[in-house]
Amino acid sequence: MFLAFIETREGKVKKSSLEALSEAKRRGDELGQEVAAALVGASTDCLNPDIFSYGASTVYLLENARLEAYSAQGYAAALHQLAAELQPKAIFFAATAMGKDLAPRLAARLGVGVASDCTRVEVRDGRLEFTRPIYAGKAFLTLRLKSSPGLATLRPNVFPLIEGQGKSGQMVRKEVAVADGLIKGSVAEILREKGEELDVTEADVIVSGGRGMKGPENFALLKELSAMIPRSTVGASRSAVDSGWIGHQSQVGQTGKTVSPSLYLAFGISGAIQHLAGMSSSKFIVAVNKDPEAPIFKVADYGIVGDLFQVIPAFKEALKKVLSE
Amino acid sequence: MNILVFVKRVPDTESKIRIDRETRAIMEDGLNFIVSPNDEYAVEEALRLKEAKGGQVTVISVGTEESLIILKKCLAMGADEAVLIKDDLKEAYDGLRISKILARAVEKKYPGFDLLLFGKQSVGADNAQVPSAVAELLGLPQANVVTKLEVEGNQGTAYREIEGAMEKVVFSLPAVVSAQKGLNEPRYETLKGIMAAKKKVIPILSFEELGLSQEDTAARVEVIGIEMPPARQAGRIIPGTPEEAARELARLLHSEAKVI
Repeated sequence: MFLAFIETREGKVKKSSLEALSEAKRRGDELGQEVAAALVGASTDCLNPDIFSYGASTVYLLENARLEAYSAQGYAAALHQLAAELQPKAIFFAATAMGKDLAPRLAARLGVGVASDCTRVEVRDGRLEFTRPIYAGKAFLTLRLKSSPGLATLRPNVFPLIEGQGKSGQMVRKEVAVADGLIKGSVAEILREKGEELDVTEADVIVSGGRGMKGPENFALLKELSAMIPRSTVGASRSAVDSGWIGHQSQVGQTGKTVSPSLYLAFGISGAIQHLAGMSSSKFIVAVNKDPEAPIFKVADYGIVGDLFQVIPAFKEALKKVLSE
Repeated sequence: MNILVFVKRVPDTESKIRIDRETRAIMEDGLNFIVSPNDEYAVEEALRLKEAKGGQVTVISVGTEESLIILKKCLAMGADEAVLIKDDLKEAYDGLRISKILARAVEKKYPGFDLLLFGKQSVGADNAQVPSAVAELLGLPQANVVTKLEVEGNQGTAYREIEGAMEKVVFSLPAVVSAQKGLNEPRYETLKGIMAAKKKVIPILSFEELGLSQEDTAARVEVIGIEMPPARQAGRIIPGTPEEAARELARLLHSEAKVI
């Protein structure tokens, strides 16, 4: 059996968890493994029953009043109990903030290895092989895990969803044990700055700016452009972040975040090696830069050599037309 | 406060990575090595906590003797002590292996700590496993990818980055915290610091001294291969005035690439 951890945030199932479940189902089919999904919380009633259509034959609801707020300690204990019972061969997570926090903790409890932030999972000689970026994508490591269960976190936006796998399955509610004093730290509050801004790791489209943006006020241009495109968000190069033009949570690159959107629009970004590492796995790259020699053009599918302050307004106009057609 | 900080030696982020297919490892010659940037935020935070509350900052690294140089740098920044746990195995990409070594070192040599600080991940293996795994092995609470940390008595509050929001995590000490860019601005070493660091001896601990067996330090990860990313083909430059090019770009993204 393969197990997929389904993350919920404020009652909603994360799409990236369904991607992880979908991949578990695909590899499970190859290896003849059933796939189960697990949710953890104080009450998991908010569950969207569609989870079954992404390939889970059983959904486990692991509940305890002490699991109301997320804590790695509590969640790892809950999943450990399920893993001890089911003896899964592999456990899949989305490589989200929660997945990356939780999976290594569970792995240490189980005494097993983790493949972090995978971008490919394959079956070879009847075994799972995980491929993942290292050095923020300057190289790719393929590994096998010698211990069982093998844990893997899968990068959001990389693995396609499968749907229509069947509308129903077995739902098993379980009260898990959480010992007194086990949880020594947990989430007290979730703070949102403004609205529901998408994270660069989750966006389908990233509108990114670099030193060529010339100042913080000009990031408004990128925000306006991003607002026109569904599931998009604003990103930035290290030099824009280090100049204080935009918050570091938007930074793409080796000391920021590694991203794989469908479309990466790079405005005024020259393409330093550490930036290219973080965004080269984008499916489509567009570069707008004054300097025709900028390294970013070597990885861009479409390039415009020119002044971004002239290109962006014209692009917005053209996009408005195209989108309204 | 008694603070332990864990640092790792990694290639400079501006480095071009080359691969040795034979050894399934990266080629180290010609690379410049630094303290992993996320770890520097951890060192800085430890020094600030010490300055505010008093105490001791000890920096620990696992690696070959080549890591002594990054430990010297941490001493020059102001850490009180540094120690190297000698590990001749180069990168094994196994977070739990390093975590077991560190957890054992903490239990054996530094039992009276208040805080264990890490970078959120090494810039290299990019595993982001060690902080959580060490926390589990030592039975401690954890807060990872932290951009703000407050400590009051034996209570900590950390703000950590999640997708599109911040999570406020409240925990009791001792605890594990991993640092993210934004937590602070690491200081440069001063000349005085560099001179003082020169005089300090960095003890080197062996696995035997920590009572670690071969089984304890065996890797659970089997490296099948390391490859360069598929090379991207440079695409086309769209000609014309900015207006013409922008219009054509919108058309191409919509009708040809179908990504908007």
